[in-house]
Amino acid sequence: MLDNNLRTMIDDVKGGRMDRRAFVKRMIAVGLTAPMANQLLAIGGVAMAQSPNPYKPTKRGGGGPLKVLWWQGPTLLNPHFATGTKDQDGSRIFYEPLASWDVDGHLNPILAAEIPSIQNGGLAADAKSVTWKLKPGVKWHDGKPFTADDVVFNWEYATDPATAAVSSATYADMTVEKVDDLTIRIVFKKPTPFWANAFVGGYGCIIPKHLFAEYKGSKSREAPTNLKPVGTGPYKFVEFKPGDLIRGEINQDYHMANRPSFDTIEMKGGGDAVSAARAVIQTGEYDFAWNIQVEDEVLLRLEKGGKGKTLYAVGGDIEFIAINFTDPNTEVDGERSSIKTKHPILSDPKVRQALAMLVDRESVKKVIYGRAGRVTANYLNGPEEFVSKNTRWEFNIEKAAALLEEAGWKAGSDGIREKDGKKLKLLYQTSINGPRQKTQAIVKQACQKAGIDVELKSVVASVFFSSDVANPDTYSKFYADIEMFQIPMTQPDPALHMRRYLSRNVATKENKWQGQNFPRWVNKDFDAAIDAADTETDPLKRADLYIKCNDLMWQDTVVIPVMHRLAVEACSNTLRPALSGWANQTDNLQDWYREA
Amino acid sequence: MSQYVLRRLMIAIPSLLGISLVLFVVLALAPGDPFSELATNPNVPPEVQAALRAQFGLDDPIYIRYLHWLAAMAKGDWGFSFVSRVDVDTLILQRLPATLYIIGSAQLLALLIAIPVGVYAATRPYSIFDQLANTFAFIGFSLPTFFTGILFILIFSVKLDWLPFVYTDVPGSGIPWMLEMIRQAIMPVMVLGLFQAASMTRFVRSAMLDVIRLDYVTTARAKGLGQAKVIVKHVMRNAMIPVVTLIALQMPAVFGGAIVTEQIFRIPGIGSLLISSILANDTPVVMAVTFVFACLVVLFNLIADVLYGWLDPRISFR
Repeated sequence: MLDNNLRTMIDDVKGGRMDRRAFVKRMIAVGLTAPMANQLLAIGGVAMAQSPNPYKPTKRGGGGPLKVLWWQGPTLLNPHFATGTKDQDGSRIFYEPLASWDVDGHLNPILAAEIPSIQNGGLAADAKSVTWKLKPGVKWHDGKPFTADDVVFNWEYATDPATAAVSSATYADMTVEKVDDLTIRIVFKKPTPFWANAFVGGYGCIIPKHLFAEYKGSKSREAPTNLKPVGTGPYKFVEFKPGDLIRGEINQDYHMANRPSFDTIEMKGGGDAVSAARAVIQTGEYDFAWNIQVEDEVLLRLEKGGKGKTLYAVGGDIEFIAINFTDPNTEVDGERSSIKTKHPILSDPKVRQALAMLVDRESVKKVIYGRAGRVTANYLNGPEEFVSKNTRWEFNIEKAAALLEEAGWKAGSDGIREKDGKKLKLLYQTSINGPRQKTQAIVKQACQKAGIDVELKSVVASVFFSSDVANPDTYSKFYADIEMFQIPMTQPDPALHMRRYLSRNVATKENKWQGQNFPRWVNKDFDAAIDAADTETDPLKRADLYIKCNDLMWQDTVVIPVMHRLAVEACSNTLRPALSGWANQTDNLQDWYREA
Repeated sequence: MSQYVLRRLMIAIPSLLGISLVLFVVLALAPGDPFSELATNPNVPPEVQAALRAQFGLDDPIYIRYLHWLAAMAKGDWGFSFVSRVDVDTLILQRLPATLYIIGSAQLLALLIAIPVGVYAATRPYSIFDQLANTFAFIGFSLPTFFTGILFILIFSVKLDWLPFVYTDVPGSGIPWMLEMIRQAIMPVMVLGLFQAASMTRFVRSAMLDVIRLDYVTTARAKGLGQAKVIVKHVMRNAMIPVVTLIALQMPAVFGGAIVTEQIFRIPGIGSLLISSILANDTPVVMAVTFVFACLVVLFNLIADVLYGWLDPRISFR
């Protein structure tokens, strides 16, 4: 029914009977976010509105210096080599994508003349190609014109295996061709419903062909421009010290009117999140600080009578506990947690359900994450269209105990449950990080009350998240019963986020533990739904498929979602940054300004 | 003399080789991966990480990696940072000015406080001045720099709003630029300098007390020399021998930076480079910094030994 109504409404917008804004509003009312509503319209054949961020300055420059703190300073300035978002953030000062995700989650044209839609001929009805029109008259910082050749070159550069570009996946499974000097066409190998990945956002930043053409492939690291970027962005390069400082000055030839507002930009690295928050909120030495993962209590104290405040952006990052479906204590062919084994305790769904009831998400939010977290029963928490309403969670020690009792785990003399003479004992691992250790303690306490003996283990983050094949403590080897970490959602689409749990992605010795299905969960229905969603062009059916996947994970208790985490930034009271939970913090840097 | 120096330098070579081997093996055995940050990113397929590991030779056996490193180091190639994709020497040279400026000033401040206070306290043992100096020295070296650093920030930045607590290389030149550079250096230099001064004062005082009671000092006084001349010419010159050793051995630390203080004040020095490289498993950078540090320790040991001879001609080189 919703389907029919929606189609009528899309037609109404197309025919001008309904205002675009009204449509988005109604979609929000039924639980969709603006980005998805807009993607619906685009696929339904309505051109996307040019929706610039609110921007008040009426002239270029004159805004003084913009000083931002990135407590992990960018270490390199080539977007194709960015190891983390910090590097993308740094590169984005100088380089630009065709479009970015704006505050409301719309695609905001940057180097593109317009956002492709079915109406303007940009999108093919079979979702197999996208045509981007480039903005005319854009110049690189060295004065050379920006053309379709540059865009095509970026695809060649990233997909050359010898370049070993981090962005290679973004540009895989497609070919990019030049139509004319200001038009390119992306042709996908198979229908790609989420087409706004290549040339969009953090990995979509475009580097100039004339400076990188000689340094493609294995010579990529020798390019002098790696360290002295020449882009199209709002600021020109002045100075770069890896891990410490990036300095830029206003680009007087910038291609957007009245932008940028600031005369210089300084991005300072180093230190820690708390002191970064202090420098912005308390002393006002800096205007903006990135990624303030600090306990809410501390932030509230800093904010009292301060010169700044915290800002929150909602994305889809999820902190969760993964449950091991295989046995971490039995070695098969030199591999523990092998897919050939079954977990002696956790393969019983009742035990997993009991465990999920022992995670007191409300307390975790109250004590640890505060304003930066939302409780959830779902693994997939956004965009709104993909969020399941069929799931629920509860914290109930008695119910959990009853479930364990049902599963045959009877209380032992020391309060720890046992079955067939075996104790109910679990190893719970995570990375070393204040909030995570506190969460561990909260979960352990509840488990103890229910008669589960939980042993806590915390591993240094650089080891836990490493791909070092020789190390037994990595999260992909998962030599523990349960483990907790966060998976960020880097784009407003669940495809990549959900694909991890395909049966063929199980982490094994054979694939050097590079498979991302760490719980080693195997489910044919899930596989089928993901494969179908990958090529489903009907946005509603596609959303249904992902909701089904999320529900399958919930029914089977593959993961226990702990917290839907929001991005937290510190910002001076006068600065007006343009932030989005679906993009990197600097993704709309050209629209930042200071209120007088 | 020159033969002595030459011999010492020859002996240094095997010990430096040994140091480099131990450092390299320990770093290679340490867990972690420079590309771990990529692993949580769903946008990056695991093959990219594997390709990068292969490109940077991380999958080779340890001894081959060590020989590669040694051969390159012998040719003056310090290596290539995995994380920043920059030559390591460029990275270190970028960080050197801030380190020398801050740590050097702190050492200088420490000396300027420690020598006069220590000497004066020793000439009047157990006087009020001596008691006060001792008390402050004890407080000074019992408070760690991460504590005093944050205390200073709370007082001078947050409460009084006099000084900035984020150190940056401000661009520009001329008087206002110099003033700004001094202003932002005050807190870190004070934190480090006072900490150093505290222990050094105790050291100078006890070295002075050892000498001041000797018979030849009494003789000098009996000759009718003035107090100032006795202290400066007769006592200090002899008391300074152990102090010189201490200072010489601290010189490499000027290069090595002060990890904690640099982190607190975001000083772009060698110390913060070292710690961030360690955290990121950027082995070439860690290797270069620690190895250069080892070389400097060996070198300054030699310099201290040579200085002995100059201060006390009775010590001869054999």
